Amino acid sequence: MSDASAIAPPLWLLAELTYRCPLHCAFCYNPVDYAHHNSELTTEEWLDVFRQARALGAAQLGFSGGEPLLRDDLEVLVGEARKLGFYTNLITSGIGLTDARLAALKAAGLDHIQLSFQDSTKELNDFLSSTRTFDLKHRVAKSIKQHGFPMVLNCVLHRYNLPHVDKIIDMALEMGAEYLELANTQYYGWAYENRAQLMPTAEQLRDAEAVVERYRDEIGSRCKIYFVVPDYFEKRPKRCMNGWGSVFIAVAPDGAALPCHAARSLPGFKFPSVKEVPMRAIWYESDAFNRFRGVEWMKEPCRSCEEKTTDMGGCRCQAYQMTGDAANADPVCDKSPMHDKVISVVRRAASRPESDEHPIVFRSDANSRLLSERIAKQKTTG
Amino acid sequence: MRTLKLNPVYRLQWEPVQHAHVLLYPEGMVKLNESAGEILKRCDGTRDLETLIDELEKAFDVRDLGHDIRSFIAHAEERGWLEPTT
Repeated sequence: MSDASAIAPPLWLLAELTYRCPLHCAFCYNPVDYAHHNSELTTEEWLDVFRQARALGAAQLGFSGGEPLLRDDLEVLVGEARKLGFYTNLITSGIGLTDARLAALKAAGLDHIQLSFQDSTKELNDFLSSTRTFDLKHRVAKSIKQHGFPMVLNCVLHRYNLPHVDKIIDMALEMGAEYLELANTQYYGWAYENRAQLMPTAEQLRDAEAVVERYRDEIGSRCKIYFVVPDYFEKRPKRCMNGWGSVFIAVAPDGAALPCHAARSLPGFKFPSVKEVPMRAIWYESDAFNRFRGVEWMKEPCRSCEEKTTDMGGCRCQAYQMTGDAANADPVCDKSPMHDKVISVVRRAASRPESDEHPIVFRSDANSRLLSERIAKQKTTG
Repeated sequence: MRTLKLNPVYRLQWEPVQHAHVLLYPEGMVKLNESAGEILKRCDGTRDLETLIDELEKAFDVRDLGHDIRSFIAHAEERGWLEPTT
């Protein structure tokens, strides 16, 4: 699908300003070898990316990372993006979000803040992020509302906090969040390393979904609750990124343009750099964005499947992780000949054999360097 | 009668690339058709429903828009696009 006239413009730009982060979350989706990609675009380079993406048609801009507040030019970037007409979203842990910065971001025109929590309890929040940040996050949530920002509270779910879903919703309501995103862990990056520890049971999920339904009935439109289902428990894959190269473009801290924020884990790609290639050429002409665009690239069972335009074959990263070929059907689909691999992960989570008990690998520079060496070895030994 | 006003969580703007008005909100976007765009851009806190209908009928030189506009406004309220009635 290289005919530019058939390709819709990008709508969503995710600017991953930095891989630096004060938190060490065990389920972070950043690449595990992030320590090897530690250069960052300059202020002017980012502004150039924003101007180009806006001209292409992108209207939503997410400032993410890592922790975007670690960039001291964040206010400048937000201000320019807002002037260009972007709806500006700050996706943050809240660490470093002082009153002074909130006021400056408000003045710059920031539209919305998504604040992450790891749990409703201090113990688990602080354990999973390997920091002491729970009380600080509470204070930040209050300040965000005092400055008049719409707020999305985001909490990643897994076997440790699924039983706390009611308390997490109570916390969101108490903070006055307009939206609550209960995002079951997607197994990429660090979360994939910790999959055996994080994977919930089907029963935990059913219970949590029932709680969410009960609250939705009770609270009406006060707070909109999104419940992102964990696809390992499904029979059909998610329509990942709404289709490869369909609406979304992520730019990594070092300038690599990605069709999905997890795509960096895929082998055999040269992701174009915004420092070398114009955004228009990246979106419409690059091999990286065209490789899995549309349905022409599909193999069986997707190729002849009548649902192929519904789920677009699912997730390329998951296909690679679990079947060894990114062009295969997402094994979450029960039409995939490798669906049994997903079933066995889910079953193993339910039985929890002792052999799976090993320490959680927290996201840290030291662990990233260790994992980078492992990945480099895998690449050289084939 | 109360005036119609967009919920401040939403931002309405014209997108030249899409040739459409869109509603932007935290991490989301709704592309509006032409009539929805024309109605919502007038929900700026200065008009009530009857004034809005009257104005649109004049602007487009059409009569009997009342029913369609009323049902769209009901839809917009249900979606939370407008400030709630107090």
